[in-house]
Formats: sequence, structure tokens, C-alpha cells
Amino acid sequence: MIALLVRDLKLSIRAGGGALVGVLFFLTIVAVIPFGVGPDLNLLSRIGPAIVWIGALLSSLLGLDRLFQAEREDGSLDVLLMHDTPLVLTVFVKCLAHWLATGLPLVIASPLLGLFMNMNEVAIGAVMLTLVVGSPAITFIGAVGAAVAVALPRGGLLVSILVLPLAVPVLIFGVSASYAAVEDPAPFLPPFLILMALTLFFAAIGPAAAALALRNAAD
Amino acid sequence: MLLSAEGLAARRGEELIFSNLSFDLGMGEALVVTGRNGSGKSTLLRVIAGLLAPEAGRVTFSGAGVEPGARPREFCHYLGHRNAMKRELTVFENLAFWKSFQGGSGGALDIDEAAETVGLGGILHLPYGYLSAGQQRRFAIARLLVAHRPVWLLDEPTAALDADSDRMFAGLVKRHLAEGGIALAATHQPLGLEKVQELRMTGFSGVNADVWE
Repeated sequence: MIALLVRDLKLSIRAGGGALVGVLFFLTIVAVIPFGVGPDLNLLSRIGPAIVWIGALLSSLLGLDRLFQAEREDGSLDVLLMHDTPLVLTVFVKCLAHWLATGLPLVIASPLLGLFMNMNEVAIGAVMLTLVVGSPAITFIGAVGAAVAVALPRGGLLVSILVLPLAVPVLIFGVSASYAAVEDPAPFLPPFLILMALTLFFAAIGPAAAALALRNAAD
Repeated sequence: MLLSAEGLAARRGEELIFSNLSFDLGMGEALVVTGRNGSGKSTLLRVIAGLLAPEAGRVTFSGAGVEPGARPREFCHYLGHRNAMKRELTVFENLAFWKSFQGGSGGALDIDEAAETVGLGGILHLPYGYLSAGQQRRFAIARLLVAHRPVWLLDEPTAALDADSDRMFAGLVKRHLAEGGIALAATHQPLGLEKVQELRMTGFSGVNADVWE
């Protein structure tokens, strides 16, 4: 399993890997918002956490469709499916590698983008913390979409459409926890704990559903 | 060890590709599956590999040290049309990954030995995508050597291989059989094996009411 993790991490940083693409897309989305909204610093800092979260959500959807499709195209998926380790575990490790390669860079880039949005230190910290906790959930949900669309030649958009509705609760609680950290009356902990619960829930359900879809997608 | 199939039938879409297909293969035995294109050779191998659910019938693998109820696919190597190697990684990284992932104990070669065996010892450091189609195929064959599995399922194994490599591969299969392994190959090339059964696939068997239950 460690071997699979290391291999997927290596693949993501070699040529054609998706690690940098996600961060660049994230940077692009958030960087153009101030140009569109205008130089109203108060407005920017008010919508900042939401924009950073939406940017992170869209960027993490970007490379998800390749999660199993790349394995299928070169025949590796057949061998992975035949192996006697539980497929759920294999899928979980692949999700973990995918998050480390594409989700974690987004979290690391988010403070810089928070500065673009005129967010203060507390808001930047809160967004980063909620992203660390919430973004794995997007990967686990996305794995289900990627597994369902594995045999489709252009499954990318379909994966996004399948995944987005399920990822909406993650977005809602991620953003509301970020706001709660800056705006006084709202408590930070309840939405943050729900966000954690969502991640744990999808970490359990996502790989199982994806494994089921992969088994039945065989052709 | 005994790999047996009883009354197998498989379907692709609406078409029943074959039905009521049975065979038994013991240690050191090989089955060569022949037939024209589209007659179901690959489908049969994928059913045995557990990658396709059979429409009817079942595949079982039994023998010393095999728990009852174990899935046959865990004892199989499957060499399909695609090589299951990553173009971006070096040959060594690819083989090291499969060796570690597939695990398996005795009888496995280490990576250098496996590369020597397929006659490509010196180029382990190259990215897999740089190699020619024949070299890629030979390293895909080396994957079968770095982890031990008693059953080899080979789908057109010698595609893209030259005459020398054909002989090298036939030698590998012979050695695998001599060590008590089992091989199933869908191929047009004579592998030069003794003690080999031949299964001739006749193609679309049409709609058979018995297996549609």
C-alpha cells in the first residue's frame, strides 16, 4: 500500500501529473476576482473566505476524473482489481495520494490568495484550517464520481456534475466555519465539527462506493 | 492445484459470447485458446481473471495451501493487451511497484534478474514511455516474474515481439509449467509446448435460452 502511495505521488509530480495544474487554476480563479469585483477592500475581505473556498473546490475537481481513468487506459486497473488486498483500501490509498498531491498544495497556497482578498490573519488561518479538514472530503466524494465515469472517454465534466451537489454541504460548513472565526456572535466550533464529521463520513462511504462502482464497471 | 471451469457462459451487451464451457487444468498443464477475432478468447480470460462476471457457471481454484472459498483471481497473473505500466515512471520504478504491490512469496525473481531474463538488463533506468513497443511488452512480461502466481492468463502475449523474444517467452512459459504452474494463453503463435490442451472458440453462440434464466 505504501508502494501505491509513493507511486501515485511520483506520477503526480512527473510530466503530465496534475499537482501543479490545480494550484495554477486556483490561483487564476482567485486572482481574477478582485479585477471583477473592483477595488472595494471591505467587500473583498467580506467575500474572501467564500471565494477562496469556491476556488479550492473547483480546483480540486479539476484532476479527479483521471484518478482511475489513467489506470484503466494502461491496463493497471485490471491488475489492481485482481489483487487480494481489499479494493476499498486500494481506493482509499489512491484518494489519499491524490489529496496529498493536489489538495494539500491548495491548502498551502490559500494564505497567499487570502492576501489577494484583503483577509486578516484570523480569517486566513480559519480558511486554511477549514480547507485542511474539508478538502479531503471533496476527494473522497470525487472518487465515487471518477469510478462511475471510469469507462467514459470524456468523463471529466460528468464527474464534476456528479460530485458538485454532494460537495455542497462541505462548502457550506467550510465557509460558515471560516466566517464564524471572524464574526463574533457566531460560534466557530459547531460548523467546524460538522465539517470534520462530513470528511470522516465520506472517507468511509466514498472508497466503498467507488470500489463497488469499479467492480461493476469492468468490461 | 487444479483450476477448473464449469459450464461457463459470458455475455457482452446482448450477445452471448460462449456458453457451457468447461475445462480442468492441473499442475504443469497449459490451455491454448484459439479462434478467430471476436470469438471470445479475451472474454474467457477476463472471466477467469474475475474481471468480468460470468453469465453462468463458475471458476474454482483448489489445491494444497489454498483456502476453500478463495477467489481464483488472487492466484492469477493477467497479461492483457495493455501492459499495466506507467509511461512516466522508469522501468525499475514500475517493476518495483508491482513487485511490492503484488507481494507473493517464494519463486519470485528480483527486478534485475527479471530484466535479465527478458533480455533487457541494462535499461532499467529509462522511462517506460521511451521504449519500443516490443521492449515495453517484454517488461510487461517481466512483471509476471517479479511476483509469483501459479496461474498465468496470457492474452496475445507475444504481440509486438520478434522471433527471438517469442522463443524467450515460450521458454519462460515452459519453465513456469515445469515448476508446476498453469498457463492459459489466447494466442495464434505456437508456443512450442508439450502437454497442452487446445480450446477452439467458435464465436457467437447465439441466444441460448438455458443460460438466460
